[in-house]
Amino acid sequence: MARTLYEKLVDSHTVLHIDEHNVLLYIDLHLMNEYTSPQAFSALDARGRAVRRPRQQLAVVSHIIPTHAESPRIIRDAASLLQASNLARNCERAGIRLFAADDPLQGIEHIVAPELGLIRPGMVVLCGDSHTTTYGALGALGFGIGTSEVEHVLATQTLVYRLARTMRITIDGALPYGTSSKDMILWVISRIGAQGARGYAVEFAGSTIDALSAEARMTMCNMTVEAGARAALIAPDATTFEYVRAHAPSLDDDAWQEALEDWRGLYSDADAQFDAQHRFDARHIAPFVTWGTSPDQAVAIDQPIPDEAGQPTPEAAASLRRAIEYMGLAANRPIAGTPIDRVFVGSCTNGRIEDLRAVAAIVRGKRVAAGVRAMVVPGSGSVRRAAEREGIAKTLIDAGFEWREPGCSMCLAMNDDVLGAGQRCASTTNRNFEGRQGRGGRTHLMSPAMAAAAAITGRITDVRTLEATPS
Amino acid sequence: MTRLTKIQGGAVPLPIDNLDTDQIMPKQFLRVIDKAGLADGLLYDLRFDEHGSPRGDCVLNQRRYAGARILIGGANFACGSSREHAVWGLQQYGFQAVIAPSFAEIFYSNAMNNRLLLVQLERDAIDALTRSAIAAPHTSLSIDLEQQTVTSSSGEQYAYPIGARHKRMVIEGMDTVDLTLDSIAAIEAFERSHFIRHPWARVM
Repeated sequence: MARTLYEKLVDSHTVLHIDEHNVLLYIDLHLMNEYTSPQAFSALDARGRAVRRPRQQLAVVSHIIPTHAESPRIIRDAASLLQASNLARNCERAGIRLFAADDPLQGIEHIVAPELGLIRPGMVVLCGDSHTTTYGALGALGFGIGTSEVEHVLATQTLVYRLARTMRITIDGALPYGTSSKDMILWVISRIGAQGARGYAVEFAGSTIDALSAEARMTMCNMTVEAGARAALIAPDATTFEYVRAHAPSLDDDAWQEALEDWRGLYSDADAQFDAQHRFDARHIAPFVTWGTSPDQAVAIDQPIPDEAGQPTPEAAASLRRAIEYMGLAANRPIAGTPIDRVFVGSCTNGRIEDLRAVAAIVRGKRVAAGVRAMVVPGSGSVRRAAEREGIAKTLIDAGFEWREPGCSMCLAMNDDVLGAGQRCASTTNRNFEGRQGRGGRTHLMSPAMAAAAAITGRITDVRTLEATPS
Repeated sequence: MTRLTKIQGGAVPLPIDNLDTDQIMPKQFLRVIDKAGLADGLLYDLRFDEHGSPRGDCVLNQRRYAGARILIGGANFACGSSREHAVWGLQQYGFQAVIAPSFAEIFYSNAMNNRLLLVQLERDAIDALTRSAIAAPHTSLSIDLEQQTVTSSSGEQYAYPIGARHKRMVIEGMDTVDLTLDSIAAIEAFERSHFIRHPWARVM
């Protein structure tokens, strides 16, 4: 019977069928951080259970770590320090590999794991973090879980998994000038809505997706959860294989050939049935910016902020009213030209080397606008070093950006990188929720290039009006 | 564990679509290694102003809803972050059930694993229940978990869907790890053949 890629991945990891809706799913790799895993370890302890497969776990200090440029890195905040030391203790006791605060490979889990070759097509990878959908970019089934499920995975290396419905989103055509996969995913979410993919595993297909780099695909799959998706997938192709080969040197030639043969079967069969389908034309993609407090509240940079009359439901109109008030904006006014106070470049969505290259290309030889505080937080130690080797760090520093140590940082502001009340931020992150970057903070999600443009002009700006200077 | 077959009590209407878990449990309450103190953090920015004083316009601060056991939410309730602290906080505050048109996926699993009942109903039904909650805040709703029904104080009854496994999890409170470990032989057999067939999946 014809199967979708999602169904193939689930089938190859099904230990047993529990009932019509649930399977016991085998987990190849489980990633952990310091804030969603402590209670899982405590629960194991309380019941006298052990971590069943320590070598299929990896932990990273990512969310709470300060990003000040100092060496060695020190966590001064007592509560954060306790979370980091508790994670270290749990990992040591169980024999789990940990990238601690001062490890050169430390970073955001979703940036670290792919760059170390730990994410490969055909795998099932979980993490107590919603942006685990990132791994679909490499043809792996990844999704976020809660702490009770973290405990279940630690104890059994499996998950009781509720099967998702399948959706295919096909996008064809060339990405227009000045746009990136971040603009594309913001555009898709604005079209289908914040719950448009709720309950679905979304497979992206089409010539626009085919032409994306592996990192650009990660940005897409990372943010698909903002449309409510349970997972995002892109069938692995030559781009994927090249990325994995470059990042997983431990696979020798024989192992590589064997793996390739296996991975070449990872696609949706031609006559496979999807429960839902969308088809879009890339021609309509423009630089996108969120104006509201939900990731689906976004417009093209040359469009006005919408008004209540244009909303499809009374609930959407109420959301719009609430969001516009929180954001301190006005309906029917252009989003372009809105002054900003802060710029944040980083996160598991856009903290990779290609993202930093895109920022550098815009700001090279220019200066951050007076009164704007702009920071770049690389997604990992490896990204930071690559940017320093390539001269990107120098370009950013010369332009007036703060060049910081890796971590999740102001994406969710669990450390001391926080927006003040009323501050407006051009941010390459994934969530513009009320208070996400700090109580009263106003977040505008956008691409790295658009954030760079905002940094230079001090306003939300169409990057297509600025001249890029490639290195 | 004690069986949970009936939930009865006041219901608080909070009709906000896409109410995310960052709002339900803000970041400053996640800086713990246990589950303590999360009732204080629940919906903090909605409940308290920037000086930490209760906001009078928040339904949760209104006396007529004190002691409510049921929250009536909007669509895509608890979207966003996977933080299970959102569920723990709702329960520590006193909620035993949330009624909404739809729930975010990760939150749904988290709720089931903690026996927080999630009742999915159509908008019309929720609007009616909200009206009832406003008219009779103290005794408004009764949920029969075995019959899968919600009954308002005025007698209107609505059936809600829930999978057999989840229903059992909420009513009986199963230790899902123990249940899975009953199948340990199957797991061991699976992983032996899995890594022979897919050796590249062993990455560390």
